Amino acid sequence: MTTDTHEITLTVNGTTRELRVEPRTLLIHALRDELGYTGPKVGCETTLCGACTVHVDGKPVKSCTMLAVQADGADVTTVEGLGEADELHPLQTAFQEEHGLQCGYCTPGMLLTALSLLEDEPDPTRAEIREALEGNLCRCTGYQNIVDAVETAAARMNAAEGAD
Amino acid sequence: MYPASFEYVAVDSAEEAIDSLAEHGDREVTLLAGGHSLLPMMKSGLASPEVVVDLGGVDALSGIERGDDATRINAMTEYAAVADDEGLWSDNPVVPEAAAAIGDVQVRNVGTVGGNVAHSDPAADLPAAMLAADATIHALGPDGEREIPAADFFQAMFTTALADGELLTAIDVPHLGSDDAAAYVKKASPSSGYALVGVAVVLETDGEEIADARVAANGAFDHAMALEPVEEELVGGSLDDESLPERAAGRATDDVESYLVLDDEQASSEYRAHLLEVYAERALETAIDRVGDGSNADG
Amino acid sequence: MASEPNAESVFGSSVERREDVGLLTGDAEFTDDKLQDAAHVAILRSQFAHATIEEIDVSAAEERDGVLAVYTGADVEESGVPNDIPTAWMLPGLVTPQYRIMATDKVRHTGDALAAVVAEDRYAAYDALDDVDVTYDRLEAVTRPDEAVESDVTVHEEAPDNVAFDFELGDADAVDEAFEAADHVASVDLEQPRIIPNAVEPRAAAASYDPSSDELTVWMTSQNPHLHRVLMSTATLGHPEHKLRIVAPEVGGGFGSKIYHYPDEAITAWCAKQLGGSVKWQATRTQSYATDCHGRDHVTEAELALDSDGTIRGLRVETHAGLGAHLSQFATATPSYLYATILSSEYAIPAIHCRVIGAFTNTTPVDAYRGAGRAEGIYVTERIVDVAARELDLDPVEVRRTNLIPPEEFPYETAVALVYDSGEYEEAMDRALELIDYEGVRERQEKLREGGRYLGVGVANFVESAGLSPSKAAGELGAQAGGWEAGVVRFHPSGTVSVAVGTADQGQGHRTTLAQVAAAELGVPVDDVEVVEGDTDEVPQGMGTYGSRSGPVGGGAVAQSGRKVVEKARSIAAHKLEASEDDVEFDDGTFHVVGAPDRSISIQELAYAAYLGHDIPDEMEPGLEATSYYDPENFTFPFGTHAAVVEVDPDTGEVEFHRYVAVDDCGEQINPMIVEGQVHGGIAQGIGAALSEAANYDDNGTLVSGSMNEYALPRSDSLPEYETDSTVTPSPHNPIGVKGVGESATIGATPAVVNAVVDALEPFGVDHLDMPLTDETVWTAIDGGER
Repeated sequence: MTTDTHEITLTVNGTTRELRVEPRTLLIHALRDELGYTGPKVGCETTLCGACTVHVDGKPVKSCTMLAVQADGADVTTVEGLGEADELHPLQTAFQEEHGLQCGYCTPGMLLTALSLLEDEPDPTRAEIREALEGNLCRCTGYQNIVDAVETAAARMNAAEGAD
Repeated sequence: MYPASFEYVAVDSAEEAIDSLAEHGDREVTLLAGGHSLLPMMKSGLASPEVVVDLGGVDALSGIERGDDATRINAMTEYAAVADDEGLWSDNPVVPEAAAAIGDVQVRNVGTVGGNVAHSDPAADLPAAMLAADATIHALGPDGEREIPAADFFQAMFTTALADGELLTAIDVPHLGSDDAAAYVKKASPSSGYALVGVAVVLETDGEEIADARVAANGAFDHAMALEPVEEELVGGSLDDESLPERAAGRATDDVESYLVLDDEQASSEYRAHLLEVYAERALETAIDRVGDGSNADG
Repeated sequence: MASEPNAESVFGSSVERREDVGLLTGDAEFTDDKLQDAAHVAILRSQFAHATIEEIDVSAAEERDGVLAVYTGADVEESGVPNDIPTAWMLPGLVTPQYRIMATDKVRHTGDALAAVVAEDRYAAYDALDDVDVTYDRLEAVTRPDEAVESDVTVHEEAPDNVAFDFELGDADAVDEAFEAADHVASVDLEQPRIIPNAVEPRAAAASYDPSSDELTVWMTSQNPHLHRVLMSTATLGHPEHKLRIVAPEVGGGFGSKIYHYPDEAITAWCAKQLGGSVKWQATRTQSYATDCHGRDHVTEAELALDSDGTIRGLRVETHAGLGAHLSQFATATPSYLYATILSSEYAIPAIHCRVIGAFTNTTPVDAYRGAGRAEGIYVTERIVDVAARELDLDPVEVRRTNLIPPEEFPYETAVALVYDSGEYEEAMDRALELIDYEGVRERQEKLREGGRYLGVGVANFVESAGLSPSKAAGELGAQAGGWEAGVVRFHPSGTVSVAVGTADQGQGHRTTLAQVAAAELGVPVDDVEVVEGDTDEVPQGMGTYGSRSGPVGGGAVAQSGRKVVEKARSIAAHKLEASEDDVEFDDGTFHVVGAPDRSISIQELAYAAYLGHDIPDEMEPGLEATSYYDPENFTFPFGTHAAVVEVDPDTGEVEFHRYVAVDDCGEQINPMIVEGQVHGGIAQGIGAALSEAANYDDNGTLVSGSMNEYALPRSDSLPEYETDSTVTPSPHNPIGVKGVGESATIGATPAVVNAVVDALEPFGVDHLDMPLTDETVWTAIDGGER
């Protein structure tokens, strides 16, 4: 047994942060308890609910199944980095318009998985959206409005892209 | 939810990892690849290693290298990289198709091929694909490198041919010929996403004749296994024989004592045995449909 | 300065939710986001389902680095707190054993708490749990309610046969006569397995105690903070109610599971008091599965007597209901009054009798889960109607139609003690049948069967008794709580409005919808209304959110206060406009004198005058606010029809949805977008229960579906697209005509889906299957039929 700690560096939403963690500290707890990014949530311990989803080096991962030391040096994006209250990301706007959230606990993870889908596939079908979100559990919405929201956001982001 | 404490060792090379395993050989030491098998076990208390050797910093263990006859998947390559690799889809789709069937996108972004194969979880997707692909597993140990055919690799639940202190470094996936075809189909657990049954097929054809066949399953037994009676039924058969998939699949459990079929909260052994036939048939039909459609044509 | 009024009526429009921005940006705070610097509590649970405790040794745990304290049930007892979580509904003969917050001499299920560690961080707290040494003497366990009443195993000494209550409702003699007179009797034995609610946010509590003032604040995942306050004050902790503040911040789903007072928040608050500081606790998902009250757990024998034309004469039901190891608050009400009373569904059934035996078992306590009691009752009736229709060779839809209560019969008194307020049942049913093209589906079904494809169509009607009330009637039946709701409407001098209401949101969007209710009553812009919920310091009293009550009862309270405010404002307006009150009309936020529209003043302007107090009627107190304790005269009765078309793959037993149609009538809709959202979520949970969800125990009382690895929740790629529609039949007695919608779809979806699957399996001779209809269950039924 050892309580040695390791110094790691995480760049969270563009801000570089140094912290000391035990090797066993999960990334979700480093983000929430050590750095105060409480957007990502803990919902299970079996890598199945997706509430803890963040981007690590641009890809969605479940931060409850990654040690903080594994993320040393990585760029991490949490929901706090997606958009501000007065400047929402198109996905956030679409989730509100389409009523794609109820309790909102799964929403931060859902948004980050959806964001990754739209980065890879700007014009997904409904089936592709449903498949992409299979790792994010929502108990409130029945998913249909979430699918609507991702579709709406995709259309809007594509239109904005086209206008550029 | 909260892993027990452990000593953490980060290494930069495979050799360093081997040294580290040897150095801590008197304690419970384990390798950390992506961690998507290990960390859930540590969080639930099923595993509490004293020393964890993290391979994450070993750049040489990462990436896909396409050779003339085979593609090398280095151990630390994530599932997503394999699932998205156009070369593999072209050269031997059974492996990327199985990789794409694992978990969800978040899991595929972190879980690694080496970690998965070395874990020999009976319900993991890659082992059957490696058997069907006739892959070669590269291991590095204190005594140097060795190659292990996939057929000899998976030995039991969570048990492989890897010796203590040995590290899986890469897997070579042979390329299929232009007339060959492959498929992986799976019945996923609705709760965990793991395979209740997964069947991998590689067919080598000569004209309308099936010249060779490798069919393997995971999810059904305590480790991934070749379905030899199915293979026997296929070899020499004709692609035009519409009854062949069902006939061959019907032999999926011929060699297997019924008690060997997994029986748990997820599915009874009777149901699994039945699913094995259904999914073997579906895998065969998919592969036969793909013969000559160019999806796996060389180049 | 108030903003401009809305052009269109805000009541009934799909206003976007004001809750969303905080939730979408991560700014919104849930319980575990609070008290970031607090110490952490970890709770040791029993390793066995049934055992006596010989010894608990905490000395090694106390020695560990980072551990601040370790407590056991003995410490709690010694502190002299009341330490008994009560049930909130008494039934005749009910056995009520003490339910301690930590077990002392015996454990009765694997979730029972044995010790609590307080440590500097989460990891250290859980590490120390491993060092608590418990010596158990194991006992045999019993897990099924029907077996419990026959078992030698005794869960509580006070109930040697494990019977907590034996409940009857309805006229048994009348039912006997009906059965004798009827042409046909259909019967079915059915089980409704345990559901784990699975709110995505695990339960949590964060407590802060100030010894100098004796003030204790607990942030927690609560659907009813005031109930938690009164229970913690009187039943578990004995902390003075006026010095106890309960706050439910953002709550991540509940579905019933966050109604109840659990040991965990009491332990957390007790630890904060012991240490004189701040501590927090959050359940792991494994603990949630073992301790969040489960739903359902019914074993039922049902018989339906009908004439050969399908006219129903009588219904007889006997149910063994599992209550788990302890009586949770609504554990007794749910399988009795919330269940037996709804068995009439939408039908004029002349005679109904229901007996329910509530049994203790060595399992997680069972209590209300979305649809509570009503879901179980409707399932029985809607299932047996299908069984009977097939036996009589009648179309199940036509059997339903034959027996529907016609619109002119309302208010309709059922044979099981309810008076339905209003209903247009046939209209909703026909709308659903039209949407799903019932005749067309039947034709397709026949054609496809010829080719070896198995389509099934299932239809289920439902009525729900929503908004548990009125208080006096509930009290006569045993309720230990009222059925009212408190709502405050307070104008500020500037003309904006604060509303405080005793309901508590877990995702329903109350801050939006109840603002709409207030804005509509007051005629002010919805953005000028703020709603506060979930804080016992901010809201005078409250009963909380469950039983689809927040719209009809919470909304009723807000509307009633709004009307009181308008009446006071009318007096001030008459005074200022120098007119008689009878001549002052109120329209869209403005008072004006009849026949003189230019003599007018807005209610927002009047607010300023009311607080100045310079120019208001003599004898009138200044200020413009009102508080109401709205106590409804009856339940409200939402209803509807759900219909599903599925195809079963005979090779694997897989069930694939072709269509899913829901027509719901929840009366007036405050916000149609939110109504539809509630319907969607309810359908998903109803489908989950039908097809995949069940908590199973082994013979030792170990929860074998103990994590998400084993317990199959519906996911984005496993659910169909829903086609929803609604009819609107206002509740005649509710101030705003609403009936509630939180649970409806859960109630309708489950029998619709099971009926559809069983219909698909008709060619295999399957007349009933017990849930969940997993692929293997369906395949086994097909395989059995073929052999």
